Amino acid sequence: MPVQYYIFLSIALFCIGVMGVLMRRNAIIIFMCIELMLNAVNLLLVAFSKMWVDAGRVDAASAQLFVFFVMVVAAAEVSVGLAIIVMMYRNTHSVDINILSRLKN
Amino acid sequence: MGIQQIIFIVLSAIAIAAALGVILSRNPVNSVLCMITCFVAIAGHYIMLNAQFLFVVHLIVYTGAIMVLFLFVLMMMNLNAEIEPQKRNWLKYAGAISGGALLLVLVAALRDASMPAIQSTSTEIGLVANLGKTLFTSYVVPFELSSVLFLSAMVGAVVIGKK
Repeated sequence: MPVQYYIFLSIALFCIGVMGVLMRRNAIIIFMCIELMLNAVNLLLVAFSKMWVDAGRVDAASAQLFVFFVMVVAAAEVSVGLAIIVMMYRNTHSVDINILSRLKN
Repeated sequence: MGIQQIIFIVLSAIAIAAALGVILSRNPVNSVLCMITCFVAIAGHYIMLNAQFLFVVHLIVYTGAIMVLFLFVLMMMNLNAEIEPQKRNWLKYAGAISGGALLLVLVAALRDASMPAIQSTSTEIGLVANLGKTLFTSYVVPFELSSVLFLSAMVGAVVIGKK
């Protein structure tokens, strides 16, 4: 199976994530779209790892470990980010990111 | 068309449909449920690519921990569809068009790239013994640093939440 299939799938998922970040105003949905983009990249890394293993490289496990570290960083990011969103909801009673533009003035 | 391609097409269709459901549904709880479906489909891709350890970690960490965290926060805020802010329509179209343009550019750039194909043979590289050996020989320092990162994230979440 050509690796291009996985590349196109990852591109589609990544672009859906980008569209979600640009289109939605809800901060939680934007967070989820960021997770979606991270997952698209993870899928591509795993596909390339399999591709190089099949091509005879022995050190292709590094790509899967990189995916593991991406998951670690994503978990830490989500915990802090959701704490910030809860804080913001407590102050403004909304999760609309347009309200956060008060820092502009 | 082999069985692997059929499984690939089914899983990809589920993943893309669920991802579209995430950004198109009005209710945030529906978005989270679509996201969980998308993650399960991606986990299926992992097991098709011989990444058994990542399959398990993905199911436990993403669908088990992160998405449940999102659901908890949504339940705590009690967001309904009518609170969903209304916004100008042209911004939505602009977002969709720029995302589609990015899709077009990336597909056009990578369409003719020549790369080795993925074979259907199974490999041992995704098993936890292999990955653990690599993790604790070549990547000890990033592993320890990620523990420091987790500690600081935990302290940060508690400090922000207590204010």
